[in-house]
Amino acid sequence: MSESRFKVVRSNRRNRIALAIAGLVVVAFASVPLWAQPSFQRTLTTYLCLLALAQMWNLLAGYGGLLSVGQQAYIGLGAYGLWVFTDGLGLNPFLAVPLAGLAAALIALPTSVLAFRLRGGYFAIGTWVIAEAYRLIVTNIGWVGGGSGTTVTGASHVKMATRIPATYLMALGVAVGSVLLVYLLLRSRLGLALTAVRDNETGAESLGVDVARAKRYVYLISAFGCGLAGAVTYLNLLRIQPNAAFSVQWTALMIFIVVIGGVGSIEGPIIGTVVFLALQELLSDYGSWYLVLLGAVAMVITIWNPRGIWGLITSRRPLDLFPLRRYLSVVDVTASEASEPKGSVGRSE
Amino acid sequence: MTWVNLVIQGILLGGLYALFASGLSLIFGVMRLVNLAHGDLSNVAAFLALLVVDGLGWNPFLSLVIVLPVMFGIGYLLQRYVLNRTLERGPMPPLLVTFGLAVVIQNLLLEAFSADSQGLDAGHIEDTAITISSRLAVGWLPLLTMGVAVAVIGGLQLFLARTQWGRGFRATSDNQRAAQLVGINNKRLYGFAMALALVTAGIAGVFIGIRTTFTPDAGSLRLIFAYEAVIIGGLGSLWGTLAGGIVLGVAQTLGSRVDPGFGVLAGHLVFLAILALRPQGLFAKQVDE
Amino acid sequence: MSLLEVKGVNAHYGPFQALFQMDLKVEEGGTIAVIGANGAGKSTLLKVISGVMPCSAGEVLFDGAAVHGLPGHERVARGISLVPEGRRIFPSLSVHENLLVGGWVKRPGPWSPDKVYELFPLLVKRREQRAGTLSGGEQQALAIGRGLMSNPRLLLLDEASLGLAPIVVRSLYKAMPTIVQEGTTLLVVEQDIGQAVSVADRVYCLLEGRVVLSGSPAELTREQISAAYFGVRRR
Repeated sequence: MSESRFKVVRSNRRNRIALAIAGLVVVAFASVPLWAQPSFQRTLTTYLCLLALAQMWNLLAGYGGLLSVGQQAYIGLGAYGLWVFTDGLGLNPFLAVPLAGLAAALIALPTSVLAFRLRGGYFAIGTWVIAEAYRLIVTNIGWVGGGSGTTVTGASHVKMATRIPATYLMALGVAVGSVLLVYLLLRSRLGLALTAVRDNETGAESLGVDVARAKRYVYLISAFGCGLAGAVTYLNLLRIQPNAAFSVQWTALMIFIVVIGGVGSIEGPIIGTVVFLALQELLSDYGSWYLVLLGAVAMVITIWNPRGIWGLITSRRPLDLFPLRRYLSVVDVTASEASEPKGSVGRSE
Repeated sequence: MTWVNLVIQGILLGGLYALFASGLSLIFGVMRLVNLAHGDLSNVAAFLALLVVDGLGWNPFLSLVIVLPVMFGIGYLLQRYVLNRTLERGPMPPLLVTFGLAVVIQNLLLEAFSADSQGLDAGHIEDTAITISSRLAVGWLPLLTMGVAVAVIGGLQLFLARTQWGRGFRATSDNQRAAQLVGINNKRLYGFAMALALVTAGIAGVFIGIRTTFTPDAGSLRLIFAYEAVIIGGLGSLWGTLAGGIVLGVAQTLGSRVDPGFGVLAGHLVFLAILALRPQGLFAKQVDE
Repeated sequence: MSLLEVKGVNAHYGPFQALFQMDLKVEEGGTIAVIGANGAGKSTLLKVISGVMPCSAGEVLFDGAAVHGLPGHERVARGISLVPEGRRIFPSLSVHENLLVGGWVKRPGPWSPDKVYELFPLLVKRREQRAGTLSGGEQQALAIGRGLMSNPRLLLLDEASLGLAPIVVRSLYKAMPTIVQEGTTLLVVEQDIGQAVSVADRVYCLLEGRVVLSGSPAELTREQISAAYFGVRRR
């Protein structure tokens, strides 16, 4: 009989170093309003919101197995929620943002009942149709400005010198928050359930995982995150147009960022956003060609290297900057007697 | 405009939607693949027809003689060299690749043709109508479109039911591995299925181009309508898709009578209602494992 | 020259090896039975021969020509046809349509739907019925008929008796000699030793991916076969 003590360890030294570096990066980003131009802050705000959106889409597709082409519904709802809470109810814009996120999640609840009646590719287009329906409904409501949109006047009254840095910091909060949210979620029981579902849905169900409920939670959380990001984005832009707010272009960007960076990992969307930022700044003069490039790259990556850039980096050695695994760490082994291997274990056919 | 007139218009519009949808239906039936670029590919056909019409001065209907074989070729090559690689890897890769393809196509069309609205001029047929009664007139073009839709769907049904290739499609749809056991080359069969689907998409694209104007980004909306027709009608039945298209067309036409901006939304609402109340569709046949 | 030669074939499922240096010869015009317990590698052998899975080493020669590099659907054109484990008929097609699809590859020979109906009269009254509604025995007959429609030179039968009542199995096996008479060589894989041995000219017994016994039923005793089957006395 051998005697050993095991410990379940959830991170290793590499993780801790990475986390320290990440902390420094966040602090650096937080200092931006102190030294950067307002226009630079506004640009960064957009990218930080994109990062949050990418994390949300990845959560839904990469971990929840639900490929949605309709998350723009919640971006638009978040934007209009912002307007309703500031201009309609007179609340402080910076309070309105989280409320807008919650509103989006609330609407996502009955929406999910409908959407979940479809599976696979039909679910994807179904979410798109739902987003279109929301867009058209909003366009037809005169009270929120109809087709020509509306302005977040409640925020435009705030002094620019305050508003722009405050919006930027909100965006940073939303971006960091989205990463943390996904990370904590995946470390939780729900996360374990999701990974099981992702690997083998029927198997997970037979073990007692409530697959439908897990997926619903993920859908609601993703809606919340998209609503938040949508609200912050339009706090930044100030002018809300339904065709832009509910545009499927948002999903296109989310998909490209996540696919290029790497689906199914937290690091992937971060890398993808950086790559997208670089491409956008380099190629924005080329109009539609750069979208052609994005689309083509996404196709090529999906076919040849589906785990994206992060997948390439980690293909040699598994690397988790965000510690998600549980390791078995052997603490103490003492063998008092050597024991024979118990004969060959039967082979399965 | 009498209600009867509107309903008839809606029915005929439905024929067009059903035409779009039949290709989508076929692909899903044979390969379980949802092609998010289907609408944009039909748009490619419309732009190809535009080139032929502008370049050779032909009537748009005649341009089909060139456009359809090109669509057949595009479908076969696309499936064999791109989409076949995404199959057997779960539901996500085909969706991501076809979505990327849709974006690529839309933006290439935008670069090549600019964002202007285009139209295919088919001459008198667009304006003439049959007068049935003093208050009822039906346009020749919508009637022709419906006729073509029924012919295409009927043709597809006959093909599937009576020909060896049609049996091959159905067998592959039932059990792809067993189909290989009788000697069917799956890759080639999928190629032909996509080629056939894009031919129907091409017909639909050209007819829509004659009926109304089109732009490079018109594909997305067509995809949505096609898909709504399939779901309303029920998976697995081509005639169901026709019925679904008709229901959608009538809903949209009646909706836009209530308010010009309401037509498309009315269609969406009917779709959502079917999803809520009878998710398997009105005429569902296929049991999806 | 043998019709089929399997030489030194290894086969893997991922890291797990299922066949070890498998050697097998099938002469034209006979019936070979391959028997063995669960996990012995019988189905794997058929999959390698028919092309459903590749071999990781070795050769498969059909009529002297190497076929181990060919994809499965091309081997049908060469004359190898597999009736798979679990029958795998096309449930939404009718019985007759299943047979017609079986003739996808046109090869010269006597087999046609009518001839299949002669062989398995029980299928006649089910001609237009959807194959998915047939009983297990009827589906097995249909699967065999479908496999014959390509007029194969070698028909591989994987566990035809699985899940069927003995009386049904007996009636299926009664058809075997006719198939051979019409010019198709049979390779039958079975767990049911009795039936397999009763129709075979030559028996191979497999254990854990290796051939442990071979010979004609006349030369092999029951004890020898049992011992080899259960691995009581290993080579």
